[in-house]
Amino acid sequence: MKTIYLLVVLAPLFGAVIAGLAGNVIGRSNAARIAVAAVAVSALGSLWVLYQHVWGGAPVFDETLYQWAQVGGLSLEVGFLIDRLTAVMMVVVTSVSLAVHVYTIGYMHDDAGYQRFFSYINLFTFAMLMLVMANNFLQLFFGWEAVGLVSYLLIGFYYRKESAIFANLKAFLVNRVGDFGFLLGIAAVLMYYGSLDYGEVFAAATLRPDMSLSIFGTEALVATVAGVLLFIGAMGKSAQVPLHVWLPDSMEGPTPISALIHAATMVTAGIFLVARMSPIFELSDAALSVVLVLGAVTALFMGLVGLVQNDIKRVIAYSTLSQLGYMFVALGASAYAAGVFHLMTHAFFKALLFLGAGAVIVALHHEQDMRRMGNLRRYLPMTHITMLLGTLALVGTPFFSGYYSKDVIIEAVHAADRFGAGFAYWAVLLGVFITALYSFRLYFMVFWGEERIDPHAKAHISHLPGYVLPVMQWPLVALAVPSVVIGYFTIEPMLFGGFFDEAIHVLSDNDVLAKKGETFHGPLAFGLHAAVNPAFWLAVAGAVVAWFFYIARPDLRPALTRPMAPLIAVLERKYGFDELYRDGFAGGGRQLGALFWRGGDQAIIDGVIVNGTARTIGRLAQGLRGVQSGYLYHYAFAMIIGLLLLLTVFVGRWQGWF
Amino acid sequence: MLSLLVWLPVLGGIGVLVAGRDDAARARWFALGVAALVFALAVGLWVAFEAGVAGMQFIERADWISAFGIQYYLGVDGISMPLVVLTAFATLLVVVAAWEVVQYKPAQYLAAFLIMEGIMIGVFSALDAILFYVFFEAMLIPMFLIIGIWGGPNRIYATLKFFLYTFLGSVMMLIALIYLRTEAGSFAIQDFYGLQLPLATQMVLFLAFLAAFAVKVPMFPVHTWLPDAHVEAPTGGSVILAAITLKIGGYGFLRFSLPIAPEASMALDWLLIGLSLIAVVYIGLVAMVQADLKKLIAYSSIAHMGFVTLGFFLIFRILAGSGSRDGALLALEGGMVQMISHGFVSAAMFLCVGVLYDRMHTRRIADYGGVASKMPVFAGFFVLFAMANAGLPGTSGFVGEFMIVLASFQAGFWYAAIAALTLILGAAYSLWMIKRVVYGEVDNEHVDTLTDVTPRERLLLGTLAVAIIAVGVYPAPLVEVMEPSLDALFRIVVPTF
Repeated sequence: MKTIYLLVVLAPLFGAVIAGLAGNVIGRSNAARIAVAAVAVSALGSLWVLYQHVWGGAPVFDETLYQWAQVGGLSLEVGFLIDRLTAVMMVVVTSVSLAVHVYTIGYMHDDAGYQRFFSYINLFTFAMLMLVMANNFLQLFFGWEAVGLVSYLLIGFYYRKESAIFANLKAFLVNRVGDFGFLLGIAAVLMYYGSLDYGEVFAAATLRPDMSLSIFGTEALVATVAGVLLFIGAMGKSAQVPLHVWLPDSMEGPTPISALIHAATMVTAGIFLVARMSPIFELSDAALSVVLVLGAVTALFMGLVGLVQNDIKRVIAYSTLSQLGYMFVALGASAYAAGVFHLMTHAFFKALLFLGAGAVIVALHHEQDMRRMGNLRRYLPMTHITMLLGTLALVGTPFFSGYYSKDVIIEAVHAADRFGAGFAYWAVLLGVFITALYSFRLYFMVFWGEERIDPHAKAHISHLPGYVLPVMQWPLVALAVPSVVIGYFTIEPMLFGGFFDEAIHVLSDNDVLAKKGETFHGPLAFGLHAAVNPAFWLAVAGAVVAWFFYIARPDLRPALTRPMAPLIAVLERKYGFDELYRDGFAGGGRQLGALFWRGGDQAIIDGVIVNGTARTIGRLAQGLRGVQSGYLYHYAFAMIIGLLLLLTVFVGRWQGWF
Repeated sequence: MLSLLVWLPVLGGIGVLVAGRDDAARARWFALGVAALVFALAVGLWVAFEAGVAGMQFIERADWISAFGIQYYLGVDGISMPLVVLTAFATLLVVVAAWEVVQYKPAQYLAAFLIMEGIMIGVFSALDAILFYVFFEAMLIPMFLIIGIWGGPNRIYATLKFFLYTFLGSVMMLIALIYLRTEAGSFAIQDFYGLQLPLATQMVLFLAFLAAFAVKVPMFPVHTWLPDAHVEAPTGGSVILAAITLKIGGYGFLRFSLPIAPEASMALDWLLIGLSLIAVVYIGLVAMVQADLKKLIAYSSIAHMGFVTLGFFLIFRILAGSGSRDGALLALEGGMVQMISHGFVSAAMFLCVGVLYDRMHTRRIADYGGVASKMPVFAGFFVLFAMANAGLPGTSGFVGEFMIVLASFQAGFWYAAIAALTLILGAAYSLWMIKRVVYGEVDNEHVDTLTDVTPRERLLLGTLAVAIIAVGVYPAPLVEVMEPSLDALFRIVVPTF
């Protein structure tokens, strides 16, 4: 098995190196072939691994590959931990990655940076696999930062574009703020649990759950401190308020990577992290409450921003923020498996929505503004159907995958009695209405209503044969299938069958999913239950409202928006986070730097101390030079004075005057 | 072996002067031969070095000035050996980097670097205090010449500042060494260890050493000579300055301050820790607002060296905080690894600036923009090195910082929190520079005429890239070599533990 694990990880690395370093030598199509083949190998390997771990009875694999460094008694290692949680993540990552790779062949086929692009997404797949397969914090941090690097490179892929290179710097720095907390969390883990190896850390944490430390003048549980610090890292990577600001801007990157990195995989690393760290988080209700509340805030308030966006990718980006919030709500309610379950279903339907959006954008010759779309179902029937399926999954239509995963979260948080659970329940419930509203707003604006297409784009679109390119169409279909059905087939085993027992640790008092399991009677009954479920009716309401104001009576829209103008203004400003960070942190940092440089280094140290000393010595020398006048009588006078002084001292000592 | 490493480059330098007086090509090939031979010897030293041993190896000892008990006494341990190899590596890079670039007195230029190399290896391998002092001072001369002859327009101010700053510090050290001779009865550095001096004496000694080494590192607030020196120095001068001479400060703390004055080190650790943390934050912020590429990298060097001194002097607080010997070792080894890594990364960054400067003859960030469009391969290297500078895992820049942040948490939350700010600040100044220089639309017609790296430059930058990634992915061999010696040092500094 070890060989297969290595193969899964190293194949994309190999592809990245070849496509990156020898891309110009082997040419465009060969680079693409190698990259796609590498990820295909990885995806097949991952499926095999999942099969082995679920049906083949493969044992949990926890082994060191090599020792990175040995310091005293502390061993820092690189190694794999493969259990069902890892296996699920591997399959999600590699299968979405494969779809995106294939799609890229079409999407990027005119781009000069073709090989570079394939090299980056191969490298991303490698880094993400290193992250999810780690059995220790060192490698986790490596993968964590490496996916951040690739994200940086890909957001800035169009490096001539000012907005893109602003966005990638912003993304990296905001992520670094999260990593600041993350690294301190790792340091806390090392200090109190004495290792960086997951197994040893979790054992130590479980053994001494009451260990506390003093911080900010109060005593706190180690698990709380470590948990919150690690969660700060998760907030950066998974874009939770207030570290969410980079994700909408990351849409500057090419659409395939918005699907892969900024929707399906990398941004879910934070969810994976908290699920993986469940033995630590379970020890601290406080840490879980932080997760719960911030997740709920993100789920609700970022969804609201999605309502006022007109850029098709940004709507989906805000939707991603909101859905990530749902996942954190699940984690915060101790329903880790539900969080991972939603991660999986979301990966498929959100990647589908992004790739569909990419198809629309390409068809319209790089038009992203939904106000210049409309009625596109006539021109892009396949894209329309697949995106409709994705939308239905996202809003939680019964029997679609998103219904199962989202509904479990809502019910789990309803059953939880942790601080903040009440607020979170209402936030995610209201979020369902908002999700349906922005999703169907997008759907109607793009595919229905009157055609508002730019004539130039129109000319482009009429050349297209019903779909964009076959190579871009198949990934949509391939993602649509799991978006629809995967929830139905996997909810029972994954959530109520003890599927994650070896990977995720939940205290029995906290186990809201087990409580849910008692009333679960199969996916069919669960789907039919929608009829008496407020969430379902909220989703229907959202869709109806969108239909009414965008299709039935668009003329009534001003009557709706006018009284809400102040609220809309706040939403369009995105609550002012960007301005605060730009002026407060970035601007403040620069002003502070300039102050230190000009005031500290130049004025005080160089001006007063260094050059001042030089000047003082110079002046002193000037003065002393006057003494050496060269006139004999000056010297004779000085000698006499000196002699007199010495005599005075000598005589004084002798006489005992002083 | 060590004598060969010290004197071969010095003699080779003289040879270059003679052989290449009026034939630049011969001077280059001769210098390359010498540098390559020295590097090969240095690699041989690494191979022959016994990793599990704490004490000195390859010892050479003879009387030199017997009237004063001064000896010619050389040897290396796990602390100095990697630095010797790094010196040979950096010098080889500099010789290759100068190839077509230095047209004014190339023989003298190359000779100066080779002589500098011998002297620096001498500094790292001298075990007699006076011999160390001689090398330590002699080092100033070639560097003085390098900046003074091949430097920029403001070189006189810069050289003077550089010379006076460093000279002032080292005079204090000389007095301290002579005093120690009277206590220990010999000039052998290891005889100075474990003298059980009273705390007040230790304090004076510690401050004298601090004056010498703090300037070299350089620590806040005696750092302002470095940006000026870098700006005026030619590319090779900057590489050696950043990669090697700064390390002599860090090395001095390990060889002298900590083991000779351990109690004073402990009593004054707040000062060193405070100054180190200021270096990380204050200097990091200053680096961000620099308009000159070299100044930016110079300030970033100071911030990175702050981690070195932080790691070295945090050990007492780590022991007080967690009582963990592993934690203290983590800090010491982190500091050492940071020194080696910074040797690679700063050399790479200055070489990158050199590549740009050779083409554009400006170091102002504002004069660039959109370089990636014209120099894609170069851009790839520059981004990689900037990432290493920002401490990205998988590069050498990560290893030391990671170890030190982990260790500093054991001294207290706030030490770690302030140190970890480097994650944000380092990324901010490194990547903001990249954004302005490498990315964007082609800014002006000068950038438009840029040509990508030559095979020679590609080799140089490629070698450094491999080294940076190798240490980042697998630092174990490096750490393994250092550990016994650092552990022995730790026992001298904290004998009760």
